[in-house]
Amino acid sequence: MTATDPHRAIEAVFRIESPKLIAGLTRYVRDVGLAEDLAQDAMVAALERWPETGVPEKPGAWLMATAKRRAIDVVRRAPMLERKHAELARELEAREAPDFDEALDDPVGDDLLRLMFIACHPVLTTDARVALTLRLIGSLTTAEIARAFLVPEATVAQRIVRAKKTLADAGVPFEVPRGDELASRLAGVAEVIYLVFNEGYSATAGEDWVRPGLCEDAMRLGRVLAELAPGESEVHGLVALMEIQASRLRARTGPSGEPILLLDQNRMLWDRLLIARGLTALARAESLGGARGPYALQAAIAACHARALTGDATDWARIVTLYEELGRVAPSPVVELNRAVAVSMASGPAAALPLVDALANEPSLRAYHHLPSVRGDLLVKLGRAREARREFERAASLTRNERERHLLLERAQQCA
Amino acid sequence: MRFMVLVKADKNSEAGILPNQKILSDMGKYNEELIKAGVMLAGEGLQPSSKGARVRFDGSKRTVTDGPFAETKELVAGFWIWQVKSREEAIEWLKRAPFDGGTEIELRQVFEMEDFGPALTPELRAQEERHREQAEQNAAKR
Repeated sequence: MTATDPHRAIEAVFRIESPKLIAGLTRYVRDVGLAEDLAQDAMVAALERWPETGVPEKPGAWLMATAKRRAIDVVRRAPMLERKHAELARELEAREAPDFDEALDDPVGDDLLRLMFIACHPVLTTDARVALTLRLIGSLTTAEIARAFLVPEATVAQRIVRAKKTLADAGVPFEVPRGDELASRLAGVAEVIYLVFNEGYSATAGEDWVRPGLCEDAMRLGRVLAELAPGESEVHGLVALMEIQASRLRARTGPSGEPILLLDQNRMLWDRLLIARGLTALARAESLGGARGPYALQAAIAACHARALTGDATDWARIVTLYEELGRVAPSPVVELNRAVAVSMASGPAAALPLVDALANEPSLRAYHHLPSVRGDLLVKLGRAREARREFERAASLTRNERERHLLLERAQQCA
Repeated sequence: MRFMVLVKADKNSEAGILPNQKILSDMGKYNEELIKAGVMLAGEGLQPSSKGARVRFDGSKRTVTDGPFAETKELVAGFWIWQVKSREEAIEWLKRAPFDGGTEIELRQVFEMEDFGPALTPELRAQEERHREQAEQNAAKR
């Protein structure tokens, strides 16, 4: 009796090898779409061979060798294809026999980093960046991505096909951006990862409020990125933010999946391992001079909560200061709203209400359910129940998440 | 899902003999791979049991026994905690570890909250319930 299903074991090998494989192949053929097709072909070949021969000692090298042989075949046998392919064929043949181990080893991980930059390239739509990043670097299947984002599989497949075409048409180079461009492109990669994380952390739609699997995917991507770009403080800030936020996942929902807000959470359920990892990553960001980066600042705020053993022990004054700082480096109405919440905790609801009211006509917050929800919260504390009720009802009508809507309607009812 | 990988003690680890340069460098390389893949959450090597102790519980009585302990093979000499997508992935990573000489390494899945499901222990459920009540009271107070 075999201990484990061979088919699933091979899939696990693919999951581990596929990002490096696609990255190495993209460097070889200079087209991420073709590279992924070649990687797929090699995996199909492996699925045919390995059940008989067993998994080779260096499965990555086997896959790379198979894919490269196929690359040369494909371009040779298709002379009628575009000129680009003919050029590529000449180039591939002119190149020396590739060193598979070297291509896979990629000790600095530059190929993988280049692949991340391609997957998150600004010529792509945000949806496409997310899908391509999860597919190419996260090794998720199209079906898994579709399930995670509650869209039909065909939609995701089409997004990925279109994205590859867009990249090919734009002739996006396989490179790590240099100079001034690096920071903004890195911020773009971080944004995609954090977006994936947030969809798992507080789902914008659907029946479940949290989808921990998606958070894990994002954190894994973040940890990989932090190793690829170890000198970039904001990447460590992002990792710190995700680790600390994820430490609360277990406490964020009740037995039947209902959301539990931060101050009502059972802190004994917070994951100490993730908190410790988060604080370490935050210290790393700060030691690299990145304490004022937007992610590091948000991580520092999350760390204030993580360090407080009880809600009452929270250092709200420091949180207010951090939000003020965040408002300076990355001003946004959402940051202002969060600052208002911190002010209400530090100095009372009367001090916070004017800050929230100042956001009333903010166009970007018109459909943001947290605005009426926060305002309702302040009004309750100020004893203005009737107004509070209207705010909670409004918030409930704005959220697309079932669990959250339920919670907000409950709060509305409590304002008798 | 998370797995804990348990490395058992042997005569050398119990004698406090450090692994040779080659093993250390292979292990370093392996750890680096795990970190680069975003898989490793934690990992430590443990000192010989001679530096540890055991506490035995009987009613209100606590009996402390100092190490070392005899049954070497049952002792833990180190551990990792990994985050992976599947049990198969954990096994595949473990197969790549630089062990040899008949060493057996154990892989154990860590309980997640959702594994308890409806079978959540009565104590935990009571704790949750208390907590919910508290939350409701808090919400009412606000």
